[in-house]
Amino acid sequence: MITHTHRPLRVILYEGTGSIALPAEARAKVMMALLDKGYAVTRSGQGASAVPHDDRSLLVLGAFEGKAPALEDVTGQIAIDTRDITGLEPDAIVSLVEKTRGDKPMNEPGKWKPWFPVIDYTRCTNCMQCLSFCLFDVYGVSEDNKIQVQNNDNCKTNCPACSRVCPEVAIMFPKYQGGPINGDEVNENEARREKIKVDISSLLGGDIYSTLKDRSSAFKSRFSKERSADKALDERKKCLTKLVGDGFIPADVLASLPSTDEILKKAEAAKAKAAAALAAQ
Amino acid sequence: MPDTPTILYCRCAYAQVVPTGVKNEVLGKLCESAASFETVADLCEMAAHRDPRLQAIASCQSLRIAACYPRAVRGLFQQAGSPLPENAEILNMRTQTATEVTEALLRTDS
Repeated sequence: MITHTHRPLRVILYEGTGSIALPAEARAKVMMALLDKGYAVTRSGQGASAVPHDDRSLLVLGAFEGKAPALEDVTGQIAIDTRDITGLEPDAIVSLVEKTRGDKPMNEPGKWKPWFPVIDYTRCTNCMQCLSFCLFDVYGVSEDNKIQVQNNDNCKTNCPACSRVCPEVAIMFPKYQGGPINGDEVNENEARREKIKVDISSLLGGDIYSTLKDRSSAFKSRFSKERSADKALDERKKCLTKLVGDGFIPADVLASLPSTDEILKKAEAAKAKAAAALAAQ
Repeated sequence: MPDTPTILYCRCAYAQVVPTGVKNEVLGKLCESAASFETVADLCEMAAHRDPRLQAIASCQSLRIAACYPRAVRGLFQQAGSPLPENAEILNMRTQTATEVTEALLRTDS
């Protein structure tokens, strides 16, 4: 089940005309608490431009001294709720927001991790290696034959294996700890020296692990360690093993995981797709 | 004031890869200032489901973002179909100090 598609409620902390500003410490406490619960919060003060409204509903908080104004969107498209927070402690303000939201669904931190690959198109050469490597169909090809991430939800949390085998260091996982996978700048000299050229047919064939185990000496630099093809395959194997061991997915789904034959077919299909995309460029 | 930059702060609330001390200090300093600013719980979370609000953010003419690695932030917006303008300034709370980030966010260009 997809559980993370609900947009966060946008809360506006209004401190303009007709409202008393909160003490800075209280303001920070309220904002941190709301953000950590998943809300988007705008501080309406002075000296910066706000992001245009595209929201369906807004909750406006202000110290209106008991007189929260009734507001209506001139276009009639946005529902605006106002609440008076005069004299409320930060915890009470957060409770008020939660109460106002009621049972309206919203994503919440801690229940899901946004883990998916992000392609740096300034580096990507459209070689399709990621499409071939990923067993979970995270990648696809756009109408104009460009590689793209099409199925975020298929990506296995904490598995950055495709990033490790990208020959152009073009795949990032922003929630990863180490660079350059986390989006840190790429050391061009190291990238050139250690560009990982992988024969996709052997990589995806029956001897993928033994083939790569025979690869040349282990990498030593931080960059190299993060970009190890051995590590990528190990992660991929672990990912599959974990799915089995944890009983994370039902037996029928387990049975549908790619077999060696299917992987070979997938490699052929990916190769054909890649060739077609490249030929069309 | 069309040239006034929009300030956006990402809390990275869904994974905690940004040092807590830095992100708390940056938010604290923004709250001490008189500036208006936008905050979101997590840009990655928004990009994952292509939140239309990213388009609204990317449409701002002048933008300063406190988040993480600029390459990753630009990639997130692009992948969500809302590429950031070239002149968007991205401050990295994973590598920069809170003072560096806040000074850049609140800088007044003469």
